[in-house]
Amino acid sequence: MGLLREIYQTLVQFVRTFGAFILFFLELVRHTPATLRKRFGLVVAQVHNTGTLSLVIIMVCGLFVGAVLGLQGFANLSRFNAEDTVGTFAAFALIKELGPVITALLFAGRAGTALASEIGLMKATDQLSAMEMMAVNPIRRVVVPRFLGGCVAMPFLTAVFSAIGLFGAHLVGVSLLGVDVGAFWQQMQQALSPKDIEEGIVKSIVFGGAASLVAVWEGYNCIPTAEGVGRATTRTVVITAIVVLILDFMITARYL
Amino acid sequence: MNDSSDNLIEIRDLDYSRGSLQIFRGLNINIRRGEVTAIMGPSGTGKTTLLRLITRQLLPDHGTILVDGVDITKLNQADLYRLRQRFGMLFQNGALLTDLSVFENVAFPLREHTRLTNRLIRHIVLTKLHAVGLRGAADMMPRQLSGGMARRVALARAMVKDPEILIYDEPFVGLDPISMGVIVRLVRRMNDALGISSILVSHDVQEISSVSDRSYLISDGKVAASGSPQELSTATSDLVKQFMHGMADGPVAFHFKAPDYEEQLLGRDTD
Repeated sequence: MGLLREIYQTLVQFVRTFGAFILFFLELVRHTPATLRKRFGLVVAQVHNTGTLSLVIIMVCGLFVGAVLGLQGFANLSRFNAEDTVGTFAAFALIKELGPVITALLFAGRAGTALASEIGLMKATDQLSAMEMMAVNPIRRVVVPRFLGGCVAMPFLTAVFSAIGLFGAHLVGVSLLGVDVGAFWQQMQQALSPKDIEEGIVKSIVFGGAASLVAVWEGYNCIPTAEGVGRATTRTVVITAIVVLILDFMITARYL
Repeated sequence: MNDSSDNLIEIRDLDYSRGSLQIFRGLNINIRRGEVTAIMGPSGTGKTTLLRLITRQLLPDHGTILVDGVDITKLNQADLYRLRQRFGMLFQNGALLTDLSVFENVAFPLREHTRLTNRLIRHIVLTKLHAVGLRGAADMMPRQLSGGMARRVALARAMVKDPEILIYDEPFVGLDPISMGVIVRLVRRMNDALGISSILVSHDVQEISSVSDRSYLISDGKVAASGSPQELSTATSDLVKQFMHGMADGPVAFHFKAPDYEEQLLGRDTD
């Protein structure tokens, strides 16, 4: 009886939290036009903030993921005398999957945690309440610009990740292992269709929205204590990782 | 008996609980226009909570809070924000926006709600910072300020739009004696010169007595006593005497509810 009650209460709590999360998202959407109109500067500042926060880690990781793809691709494809397709292999992996997914995970770990802890600390130090008391809606002034900043920055970061990744694959495949440079790029161009690139772009936009939404939600709804803010930052990474991988499966299935 | 039109804020039959803890039960308070009203009480009686209820950062379980005749608990967000523009509030910890400089913190309400020129905003902000003695700190960031300085900046921000109602949550905490004297006089002078109404929450009986027109002493979820500082200081009630004179013995226990000291030290309470 106790177990059933616990399951029931957990379920009710989940539905309640999910409903609040959806309402929070709709609230952000409702305030987006006004924020873009009146506080465009804040949005640009947040694109810059979140973008620059994650740029270095994205570039370094992109380079090494691409290099590993070059190595693995060469080692395995050469067994079938297909080492010329290393470029195609790396491009498919980076543009359709690894680019958006790893960028979103790195974004959550770097910019997402920063967003959640910043908003959480503003809450813990009464800054959000002070705004409310000054008749300034904190959702519009603090949350929406950060959410939009993340949404805009993510596709660009994904593009940077994929481009640097391809450079890494080229470095290993062509410069180190001797794959023909013409074949590397030519086969990639022939194999990749606009739909593949569209899939990558759609994923980066959706993941950017999801990662930013989770970060601002966790920050805005955290318990306003040091422990609460810490927990919110951890949850941001964990929840974003789960949500991004589920969304990745759904979008991939849609594009097959 | 005062005319109800003298009351700027009327709190009637207010009940508020947090979880199973009942904080207010049937609380009644009148805040008169043009006066400095002090809310006092032992720690944990809900003084800050009362301020949050008056400004509708919290909603009561029962009762009405009339601000200038309007029940604040029933306002929609647009009307609430319109009403809040008439308030200025000093938070206990200052609550300065950490990504803005001291100058921009004070200018924040003006930039958000007015179309004043930068030149005029600069003029107003420097005037307010001068009043709290921090004109020279205009370019500093909040992290560079001491606790007392941050609270003085927050005070400048609270009064930058010359609000009708100024609410101070523990305004004297962390201030050195010189700053405290200046701020006490500033609270009184602003109230009288601008014809505003002020609500102060504080433990500092001496300071609050020197600045307030009327005080409410809250205990056990209700108003235990009210009146002018003189009336309270000469009151015969044990609770009022204990609080006003800082006595250890009286109806308000210094120790939080706990098991018997000896039993606990000897470990018998865990048997």
